[in-house]
Amino acid sequence: MTAPDQNTDVDRRALIKSAVGLATVTLAPGVTLYAFGVEAASAPVTSAKRWGMLIDINKCPPGCDLCVTACQQENGWKSTGHPSTDAQWIRKVTLRDPETGKTREAPAMCQHCATPPCVDVCPTGASFKRADGIVLVDKHICIGCRYCMMACPYKARSFVHEEIDDQKTVAPRGKGTVESCTFCVDRVDAGRIPACVESCGVKGGAAMIFGDLNDPNSEIRKAVSAMATTQIRADLGLDPGVRYRNL
Amino acid sequence: MIRKILAAWAPMIALAGALFCAPAGAEEAGRTPVPHPPKGQGEHCVADTEFMRRNHMKMLFHDRKETVHEGVRGEKFSLAGCVSCHAVKGADGKPVAFSSDQHFCKSCHSYAAVKIDCFECHASRPAEMPQKAASAPADAPYAAIASYVRDMKPEVKP
Repeated sequence: MTAPDQNTDVDRRALIKSAVGLATVTLAPGVTLYAFGVEAASAPVTSAKRWGMLIDINKCPPGCDLCVTACQQENGWKSTGHPSTDAQWIRKVTLRDPETGKTREAPAMCQHCATPPCVDVCPTGASFKRADGIVLVDKHICIGCRYCMMACPYKARSFVHEEIDDQKTVAPRGKGTVESCTFCVDRVDAGRIPACVESCGVKGGAAMIFGDLNDPNSEIRKAVSAMATTQIRADLGLDPGVRYRNL
Repeated sequence: MIRKILAAWAPMIALAGALFCAPAGAEEAGRTPVPHPPKGQGEHCVADTEFMRRNHMKMLFHDRKETVHEGVRGEKFSLAGCVSCHAVKGADGKPVAFSSDQHFCKSCHSYAAVKIDCFECHASRPAEMPQKAASAPADAPYAAIASYVRDMKPEVKP
């Protein structure tokens, strides 16, 4: 910060302006706040966007779990050696036609419903839907009652049973709270796509498309307008943001 | 009369002498231990030390509402910022977790007996070790010396 030379009359505004990449704010006498890099915080998300995902099952190769490992890598969840209670933000499910015996695989995760039952039943308001359609758990107020896990028809949520001390910075998660797919909300807010979609596109079958369902020019909007897609258990009327093709 | 005054003042003078002669760092060796939190890496923290002492917890509240619920990113203060700047290098050269006594939050919070649950969910170490990391002495007698040395160290010119 450049020092104000001999001019004692220099006003504070000029002094602040003279700082390059360093802003200081005087709150009260003797109290100074410093901030590096004068960057404005982003605006709150709005309902103008509705984030969604389209998964083409025909492009999802059997045995491939790139989306699952990418999610684990990004969000830091993994096996604790207790398969019956381990967290699963995303998993590959095998679908079998009982008549023909034909099997296929599909990734399943939180479907980010427009009217999420997990939010309806939450007694504390911890389970909530962001304005842009992403369904999340606020772990500051989650009491771990697991009502949302009961309410979710997709079995998308997990409860953390054990203490964790190697969380990822972007994905806080801890014992006694419920968690699920966040659409990699920090990446989405930064203008990126979820880790699973990225991984599938780069190394996998490019089966997943992520984008804004409200934007007429987005790839996902064009895709869902042009071809038949399926919402799982559409009969429940939850309007999931995740859609499947060729299911 | 003079003798009386002297008698009355003698204990005070003795006390003053004792205080004056006390070696630096006596606060550690004495009966009133004080916390010595490891310092961050930068020139200064995001606010003055006095202000941070009183208000650091309040400066993180915005994240709980604005960031989690409304998706507001890039605000000035963040827990990740604290963790990154104040990371303490452990014996293995990697940043220590909150479970370690050397963690930067532990010193004051143990002293004040205030239990924090931030790190039950949040990462207590940065993803990558910053170039320079603070160092926290493992045992008390070195704390005062280390603090003194850090304060006295002349600025290194690039």
